[in-house]
Amino acid sequence: MSAQPSPTDTIQSNPIYKEILEQLRPHAGADVVFGPDTVITQDLGMDSLAIMDFVFDLEDALDLSIPEHRIAEVRTIRDLVAAIVLLQKEA
Amino acid sequence: MAIFDKFQPLNDSHDFLKSVGQSPSELQFDETLSPTEAILNGRRTILLGTNNYLGMTFDDASIEKGITALQEQGTGTTGSRIANGSYDGHKALENEIAEFYGMQNAMLFSTGYMANLGAIGTLAGRGDYLLIDADSHASIHDACKLSDAEVIRFRHNDPVNLARKLERLADKPGEKIVVIESIYSMLGDTSPLKEMIAVKKKYGAYLLIDEAHSLGVMGATGRGLCEQAGVEDDIDFVTGTFSKSIGTIGGFLVSNVDGLDIVRLASRPYMFTASLPPSVVATAREALSRVPAATVLRAKLWDNATQLYAGLKTAGFDLGPEVSPIVAIRMQDAEKAVALWNGLLEAGVYTNLALPPATPSGWFLLRSSISAAHTSQQIALAVELCTRIGRELGLISCPLQSSAKVEMMNVGAPRKSSDSEAVPTSKKDDAAAQA
Ligand SMILES: Cc1ncc(COP(=O)(O)O)c(C=O)c1O
Repeated sequence: MSAQPSPTDTIQSNPIYKEILEQLRPHAGADVVFGPDTVITQDLGMDSLAIMDFVFDLEDALDLSIPEHRIAEVRTIRDLVAAIVLLQKEA
Repeated sequence: MAIFDKFQPLNDSHDFLKSVGQSPSELQFDETLSPTEAILNGRRTILLGTNNYLGMTFDDASIEKGITALQEQGTGTTGSRIANGSYDGHKALENEIAEFYGMQNAMLFSTGYMANLGAIGTLAGRGDYLLIDADSHASIHDACKLSDAEVIRFRHNDPVNLARKLERLADKPGEKIVVIESIYSMLGDTSPLKEMIAVKKKYGAYLLIDEAHSLGVMGATGRGLCEQAGVEDDIDFVTGTFSKSIGTIGGFLVSNVDGLDIVRLASRPYMFTASLPPSVVATAREALSRVPAATVLRAKLWDNATQLYAGLKTAGFDLGPEVSPIVAIRMQDAEKAVALWNGLLEAGVYTNLALPPATPSGWFLLRSSISAAHTSQQIALAVELCTRIGRELGLISCPLQSSAKVEMMNVGAPRKSSDSEAVPTSKKDDAAAQA
């Protein structure tokens, strides 16, 4: 698992990425290290219920709805950023 | 073996259950004595987890109608109504359900699960939106997989969250269909119907409600939560099942929306599976016909529910938020939950063990469902045994208040040949006879 992004990875300055980390923290295990390529289920020890609660919080924070099939396609935090960028464009 | 490798986590949790006691999924009753008692592992056992809300499974008149239909029309239809045609009972039952709900149209399905698949999966097509409650029953989630619509979840029983989600869709073409349940099957909590309806009206959405656990149980004539809340005119679609209060099997969809019949030609769970056998239709018709007048049974059911809820609450258990015929003890600790369920089983009380992810908020649940056919002694005994075992496990700390004697009811004792006479609720159950 490569939790730490490389210094050239611009995703760290993306506000969506920052918001995701903010919303993830209370739902993930206590001392987990997050990075863009963290696998949301596996690396963070989150089950489907924790993910659902996290998605509700994220939806509120970003004021958008994330449909089920989009969530199903997401593996990493990077995937989630990409999915949200797309949803914001479509909105 | 490789094909089953993906089920390793499932295997592990099943192995855990088997290592500490019985496996809930492998229980086999030796004999069912009445709506509320069975023989399990040679022991007399109170049934407190069968959704048999009105105790209709041994209703004399239903059994008689079923036997007559079996003899006159045979054991099965051997095909779907689209391919093989309908029996007269199918249409008659549809007319009776429509009339019961005061709606124009009704459609039968082979189970309640298929009613949700067939209704939700078909009503919402490509370009439409399904808005479903976070605690939805598996049949609703599976219906979403069958549908080509976009699926958006809202927080459980949260009309504000629903409103925000509908607001975001306000400018999008496509129908919006909100799906809720009357009584949620795990914790027994009810939907805030008036608030939900206000939201769906504001945004011009359709509302489908699954009344699986409230048919026969709520409302002056047993039509469910919508009747009780006085909002039936604002409901677009109702789904339900005959597998709980009606005591048999089958599902349905009723609606006042014009043109419902076309769903018959578009709904795969209606078209591609065999229709209900005549005997099942006959028993469902008889039981349904008795629901409106079954006020004594409904009162007894709610008395029993209140007794169980109050007894467990007083003992200190953490329960679902409101009194209902589903009473669930919420636990954080898997091992204690499994031990409580096993302990009750050994003492002669059968309940349901519900585990995450099928449960809300990751609770481990000891779920009971109450019947009008339970005697208050049976409920008192269940409370006493729960309290005793709960204390032994450290789930609660209150002192034991003895209100029922285990010996008195013979429950949990090995079966003697003379026992069947001593069963408090016999097959000719008095509660069901009152209906
Ligand atoms: C809310 C809800 N809907 C539908 C069903 C399915 O009913 P059936 O047993 O008729 O398939 C159930 C039963 O498990 C349920 O709890």
